[in-house]
Amino acid sequence: MGYLKRVIYNCKKATLLIEKQEMARLTFKEAFELRLHLFGCSFCRIYKKQSAVINQMVRQLFHDSSLKGAKLDDAFKKDLQERIENELNKN
Amino acid sequence: MNQQLKPHQWVAAHADYLYSFAIARLNDEEQARDLVQETFLAALQKVSAFEGKSSERTWLTAILKNKIVDIYRKKSSGLKTTAVQAAAEQEQNDFFDEANGHWTKSSGPKEFGIEDKDHLVSKEFERVLKMCLQKLPALWMSVFTMKHIDEEPTETICAGLKISSGNFWVIIHRAKVSLRACLQKNWI
Repeated sequence: MGYLKRVIYNCKKATLLIEKQEMARLTFKEAFELRLHLFGCSFCRIYKKQSAVINQMVRQLFHDSSLKGAKLDDAFKKDLQERIENELNKN
Repeated sequence: MNQQLKPHQWVAAHADYLYSFAIARLNDEEQARDLVQETFLAALQKVSAFEGKSSERTWLTAILKNKIVDIYRKKSSGLKTTAVQAAAEQEQNDFFDEANGHWTKSSGPKEFGIEDKDHLVSKEFERVLKMCLQKLPALWMSVFTMKHIDEEPTETICAGLKISSGNFWVIIHRAKVSLRACLQKNWI
């Protein structure tokens, strides 16, 4: 298989580059190969959009769950406070 | 003792925050409780090392984060986990043609209808997303949350979880391909 054909077929490599691109700089060769691939591959164009949206949604999910704020029960907190006071008194 | 630290108020001021932080990353209430306690006790040993460069909460959270990474590392080396991971890696081979790397027939991405930036995500989609996240092997999930949620530098993640930088990209890639495939399977 020729070089161009290999780049055009290889969705595994292209999706890896898409992930890399979201958080690091691609080399010139990598950036070229990704552009070439995306030009001809509608699957990977969808993947690219979805990948970014998924990142955003997962971030939102974690953000929401920390805002909702799980709470420790009071008995546990009281014990914990006592342990801390004990430790502080040791010194 | 350092003036900026107020250990007498720690529980009231930070316990619930640290607890939520740990739960979101470990999905285990008991483990999260234990970690909050360990974090405070470890912090007491280190009060003299506190330089006041960050806030008390940031400092405590950093201690907690290290403890979470320890758990991630332990989780990802257990026997049971290795089996989960092997299965996930096997599945990964089904996504792409072995010879030329093209998507296999059944795995090509299709639109979910969530690709537009302004799309409002339904509760139902969130439920599917949570379920799919829980199916990821522990190591992949650890790498994924450290990078995407906590935005840790790649070197910190590699050092903390003892993986090479080449392996880091492979894991980031595999985690996303699996997660996306799970969404496609359970949403469309």
